[in-house]
Amino acid sequence: MLLKRPLLLHPAVKPLAHALCALPLLGLVAALLTQGLGANPAEALIRGLGDWGLRGLLLTLAITPLRVTFHQPALLRLRRLLGLWSFAYVALHLTAYAWFDQGLVLQDIVRDVLKRPFILVGMLAFLLMLPLALTSVNAAVRALGGRRWQALHRLVYGVAALGCLHFWWMRSAKNNLADPFFYAALLALLLGWRLWHRWRQR
Amino acid sequence: GSKSTVPGALALDKPTAQRDATTYNNFYEFGTDKSDPAENAHTLRTRPWTVSVEGECLKPRTFGIEELLKLAPMEERIYRLRCVEGWSMVIPWVGYSLSTLLKQVEPTGKAKFVEFVTLADKTQMPGVRSGVLDWPYLEGLRLDEAQHPLSLLGFGMYGELLPNQNGAPLRLVVPWKYGFKSGKSLVKIRLTEKPPITSWMAAAPREYGFFSNVNPQVDHPRWSQATERRIGDDAGPLGGLFAKRRPTLMFNGYAEQVGPLYAGMDLRRFF
Repeated sequence: MLLKRPLLLHPAVKPLAHALCALPLLGLVAALLTQGLGANPAEALIRGLGDWGLRGLLLTLAITPLRVTFHQPALLRLRRLLGLWSFAYVALHLTAYAWFDQGLVLQDIVRDVLKRPFILVGMLAFLLMLPLALTSVNAAVRALGGRRWQALHRLVYGVAALGCLHFWWMRSAKNNLADPFFYAALLALLLGWRLWHRWRQR
Repeated sequence: GSKSTVPGALALDKPTAQRDATTYNNFYEFGTDKSDPAENAHTLRTRPWTVSVEGECLKPRTFGIEELLKLAPMEERIYRLRCVEGWSMVIPWVGYSLSTLLKQVEPTGKAKFVEFVTLADKTQMPGVRSGVLDWPYLEGLRLDEAQHPLSLLGFGMYGELLPNQNGAPLRLVVPWKYGFKSGKSLVKIRLTEKPPITSWMAAAPREYGFFSNVNPQVDHPRWSQATERRIGDDAGPLGGLFAKRRPTLMFNGYAEQVGPLYAGMDLRRFF
């Protein structure tokens, strides 16, 4: 490294990352308040939150490849932060669906989920994210032990795959697959890099 | 136009805001996002325009748009529009019954179906370059459905000519079927003996049937069709975010008028 102290270790990096992660949410809220979400704000809000949940997940999974490829160990500081923000967007996405699409009527939600398998897939992804979010604190890492903690957190690969499937399946009903294809390809690249990296280290 | 006297043609529901009906559209020829048609459709040239009516008929011919505008008195009709995606609007259309045009060409006894072909021109429609669907967009009706007085050949909405993004210069409006059945920017109408294969049937045959009647009891594999979000319901400062979904009605509320067309048919099988 040319710099004595990597830029990524600057104390302002984390607050800045939080601010950037909050930006899409603030943008959606601002658009909602200024009638900028179009004729169907519920749909725009639900989809916008879901988009950012998936983008966040992929960004989280990009940390390790970027860290290794560009020799930036300090990037690791951002992984948990990104993962938790992804969880926040996914949780808000689910809440917005349950509230604005289903009126918070549990019976309707259950019926809808059973009728629409792509929502079931999304629900499953959310449920798999829960233990990851809950064990994200340092105390949990210590309590579980590093190895077990890491094994548990490999669930994130499944979560991202389910997220891509959820998006793909939703869009395939109207044959509109360019975006889901992009996200799925990105995920394949990020997971493929891991396989390749492991194979090379043997 | 004057108010239509066709039974069922004047829904009592509150019309959707014109702004919503002209900015939230599915018109894949101009892009797949709901906002794309309003942004991109300005490149569509609607004059000159012709519609050829052909196939199983005695007097096939091509009609110019000016002629079609004068073919019959324009009527105002307020129809509910239900999209297969689970949202709905109420739109004041201007036009006349499709049957008026079909009469002009005198369908033969062999004519059992009507195929609708819509414009697919890369130079005017950016979405046609994508492979989302096989172009041109094709739709179809059974002849008796097409001849039903509620089947409208629409030329305008909200008392004005159709905006490009809503299917200018003329489109079909079949209010008891999901919105995609109502082809936009029509260029050809063909009377046929066999049922046409519509674009959506070709893309996903298990999901889209030929009839595609609005039916709360038959779900699309990916969407419940029991309820719908009426665009503009309870639109307060947050644009109807907290509005409750409404129950979807059989044949979109037109059962009294069109139910007899399907007497004795298993609508689960013929979805």
